[in-house]
Amino acid sequence: MPHRLTIHQAQGLLREKKISAVELTQAVLDRIRKVDERVGAYITLCEASALEQARKADRRIASGDPSPLAGIPVAVKDILCTRGIRTTCGSRILENFIPPYDATVIQRLEAAGVVIVGKTNMDEFAMGSSNEYSAFKLTRNPWDLSRIPGGSSGGSAAAVAADMCLGAIGSDTGGSVRQPASHCGVVGMKPTYGRVSRFGLVAFASSLDQVGPLAKCVYDNALLMKVIAGHDPKDSTSAPEPVPDYIQAFGKGLDGVTVGVPVEYRSMVGMDPEVSEAVSTAMETMERMGARCVEVSLPHTPYAVAAYYVIAPSEASSNLARYDGVKYGFRDPEAGDLAGMYRRTRSKGFGPEVQRRIIIGTYCLSAGYYDAYYRKASQVRSLIVRDFKEAFESCRLLLSPVAPTPAFPIGEKVEDPLTMYLSDVFTLSANLAGIPGISVPCGFSGQGLPIGLQIMGNHFDEAMLYRAAHQFEQATDYHLKKPPLQ
Amino acid sequence: MSITRKEVLQVADLARLDLDDAALDKMSIQINEVLGYVAQMNEVDTGDVTPTSHALSLTNAFREDEKAEHLDRKRALSNAPHADNETFVVPRVIKA
Repeated sequence: MPHRLTIHQAQGLLREKKISAVELTQAVLDRIRKVDERVGAYITLCEASALEQARKADRRIASGDPSPLAGIPVAVKDILCTRGIRTTCGSRILENFIPPYDATVIQRLEAAGVVIVGKTNMDEFAMGSSNEYSAFKLTRNPWDLSRIPGGSSGGSAAAVAADMCLGAIGSDTGGSVRQPASHCGVVGMKPTYGRVSRFGLVAFASSLDQVGPLAKCVYDNALLMKVIAGHDPKDSTSAPEPVPDYIQAFGKGLDGVTVGVPVEYRSMVGMDPEVSEAVSTAMETMERMGARCVEVSLPHTPYAVAAYYVIAPSEASSNLARYDGVKYGFRDPEAGDLAGMYRRTRSKGFGPEVQRRIIIGTYCLSAGYYDAYYRKASQVRSLIVRDFKEAFESCRLLLSPVAPTPAFPIGEKVEDPLTMYLSDVFTLSANLAGIPGISVPCGFSGQGLPIGLQIMGNHFDEAMLYRAAHQFEQATDYHLKKPPLQ
Repeated sequence: MSITRKEVLQVADLARLDLDDAALDKMSIQINEVLGYVAQMNEVDTGDVTPTSHALSLTNAFREDEKAEHLDRKRALSNAPHADNETFVVPRVIKA
């Protein structure tokens, strides 16, 4: 069953010619045909181009080309532009958009020999925490098909968990890689802002958006990260920092590493006791491996959700002004005059959650309200940035839950946007502060639902996050469990 | 601070969105809930704190202005809902 392989297992078999890239890709495509009708992870399958890429990878492997990910089948969130392959961003307004260029992340994956099997489902324009705001379909959690997979990269997380790819790419604006990774029992990394190029990533909130990998284990996640990270002249916010070898940095144990536990995270309302317990147990595991756990304070934590839900919609309202029915995407056929065309196109093309956020953002930026909302939120953001800076003076890493509860039932929060927003409480601070965070499996609820541990670190300290996550994974077996999906 | 139904309609108009009565009712309630929650920011004394628009200090990224391969016209127009061979086509703006 080659679809069950991890990336590094597959690398070995491909190198030793025990399996070909075509066989591996075929096995993944077969698995998709078998289970995706129930899970709904993919919006678009790229069967023909995937097999073509696999044949090319086989030729590369035969010629001794050491491309790190040659022949590895990967799924890509439908928010990254893929030349010649429809890129919908989960929205009717981009339903028939075929990008004329590749995102830098896609170029790098292809240069590394990756096989792109398909584009995964997501909340429309990445606005959501459950995938229920996709304009196209529901994605179900492979661990329990009556529950959400998380969002907005829910398709990518579900595809990894259900072995419908060996690894995946998502994007994270407030937790959209880490939260679905947590709900689906896989490993998800939100890198430092600027670590990975945003060129060709459909913009949601430009000061918060970051592309990140999802994988079956920390090792695989680091392999994908190494390929996609690094400076890109086409993204003026991308950082010219060198990219370390994350695997080399795994090291041994956690001796001498100080891990901070934010006191504010303990008193969070709506915390599921099983999640608290799993995170406490994870902390003890880390202490046994040599880490020193200390209490730290992030005093402005209670205001992070408020600041975020002003800043993110404000940036979104500006970014989404480009969807006007002129250059690409949907245009209402009964256009009428120009203003009417804009209105009809946008009203029919955007779903309710996107419209809600555009209106909130437009309001927060409008004359008379700018100071009370956008400026105020940006000041609170400064205080949150300062909280983290001060915390990292007394610890190297921070531990927290990823989400306050395991995956919730489909339909539970879809009509209640505010409750949905509050499920991002542990993840969105990292986006406001631009720091990296990784979600790694740390237990299961009584009902058998995965629970994730979040490890956060200082800017550009992904290597330390990978080291701690890898060490933790070595000491536990949660990542080895598979969902009961035949 | 709460937002009235009329203000939601005005803001939707600025954002070029049409809301029918049912959508407007629902949207007004939901947006008020969100703004009500967001108002707790006012508990924070932000005095003369400098606002953050980006988490990392960024400097301008300059480069030489060099000729390079970019989208040609045909590809740039390839996704347009309405185009001729040269331009995007939109409804008439200036009335004859």
